[in-house]
Amino acid sequence: MAVLSRASRAEIAQLVGTDVPRHDILKAPETGTVMVEGRAGGAGRRFNLGEATVTRCIIRLDDGAMGFSYALGRDGRKARLAAILDARLQRAAPGAALHRAVDALAERQSAARDLASRKAAATKVDFFTLVRGA
Amino acid sequence: MYVAVKGGEAAILATHDLVAQARRGDAAVPEISVAQIREQQGLSCARVMNEGSLYDADLAALALKQAQGDVIEAAFLMRAYRTTLPRFGSSEPVDTARMAIRRRVSATYKDLPGGQVLGPTYDYTHRLFDFALMDNEGVMVGLDPTISGREGATAAGDARVKPEHDVASLDAHMPRVPDILGAEGLMEPEVPPEGDPRPFDLTREPVSFPADRDVRLQAMARGDEGFLLGLGYSVQRGFGGNHPFVGEIRVGEVSVEFIPEELGFAVDLGEITLTECQMVNQFAGSKDVAPQFTRGYGLSFGHSERKAMSMSLVDRALKCREFGEAAEYPAQQDEFVLYHSDNVEAAGFVEHLKLPHYVDFQGELELIRRIRHEREQRLAGENEALPEAAE
Repeated sequence: MAVLSRASRAEIAQLVGTDVPRHDILKAPETGTVMVEGRAGGAGRRFNLGEATVTRCIIRLDDGAMGFSYALGRDGRKARLAAILDARLQRAAPGAALHRAVDALAERQSAARDLASRKAAATKVDFFTLVRGA
Repeated sequence: MYVAVKGGEAAILATHDLVAQARRGDAAVPEISVAQIREQQGLSCARVMNEGSLYDADLAALALKQAQGDVIEAAFLMRAYRTTLPRFGSSEPVDTARMAIRRRVSATYKDLPGGQVLGPTYDYTHRLFDFALMDNEGVMVGLDPTISGREGATAAGDARVKPEHDVASLDAHMPRVPDILGAEGLMEPEVPPEGDPRPFDLTREPVSFPADRDVRLQAMARGDEGFLLGLGYSVQRGFGGNHPFVGEIRVGEVSVEFIPEELGFAVDLGEITLTECQMVNQFAGSKDVAPQFTRGYGLSFGHSERKAMSMSLVDRALKCREFGEAAEYPAQQDEFVLYHSDNVEAAGFVEHLKLPHYVDFQGELELIRRIRHEREQRLAGENEALPEAAE
């Protein structure tokens, strides 16, 4: 679900494919908020930082598999597709094509994170000291 | 008697049309899209998300577009929209120690584990206009290569590195600077109170004073950047007794985890960008507390370090009671800070003055006329009496 919540609607739609399986919508895509909590000093007393928009959806495939989607943002279509994908992933055998496709998506996300980290690392300061009178 | 006055509907409809025209500006200039604002005016969007108290970069960009770039009006739109949404619950507290760092600097330690990572910052630019950003052919070339990077990029001796090839990614673990001092016992410890209680929510319950730290931090997180900046500045200038150092500022992405009732386990909702500031303050000690460093904490949505820094200065100032310091200055007085930091409330009360007060004013007008009339009569009476007294 962490991979799907970070994926774009287009990426999820591509994984679901054009042949969308029949499903019941148990909870229609709904946008609400989650209050984001922080901790004073990073590790101390909890406090409310502010809310974030979140969209959720729950579906059930014809074979009974339930699919859940919870992700930041307001994209109801993405939530529904992600819930379908979640249900199909639970039914798919380990190593199935669908799992491999999600793994590939996770790798792309990881590569993007790594590149962002490298870009930040390029701005890391190398200190040097000028020794006077040496 | 209260007299209701009606009218103005046609004028109001016309002003709606006119404000839409004013917002659009010259039709010969292409309209900006919400996505362009989100991607290219990100620091503005961060401010709107903070003061609107809602993390959604698309909505912040829409709010800025709709409000013609008026940040407080945009924050008002965010607050109004938020009230229409159901709240699913509260997240797990975000863990900023596991932030994917984009920027992390410390003014207290040069060689801290993980290093000083400047990230995207205007701190080391010359504040010269980069006219190349005016984009059109034939305009002046960029003057400040520190911003555009367009000049000198091909010159020999260019010290710039190519992140894609030359650089290893940052350390996965970047310790928080105050924790380094904490290991030595020189830093005020920061631990959750007994039972790790749920935080107070000032959007649901009325605030009472003295306010606890969770209330103060929530109020400042949604408070006006300018107001907190001014208060933070006042602390530094002597209207507050603190001597701050930036222990650490970090900016980056943090996962938000939430436990839905129907699942019962934490799901990862995705990432939000946060800015965290840990301010370190000297403290000479009191009867009960040994001399040590004390903390001020700031946390804000998006890349917004001026906000996080100001918040951390005022957070420390507001902790005066806990350290037995006198609350002599505005930044140390929680009621003053919390009641005046919310710019949507403040703008509402200040700007309501421009709405019709015809009846109130009529009342005052009649009162002033009557008092003046009485005064004139009284003076006339005294003048008649005066000549006799003089004789």
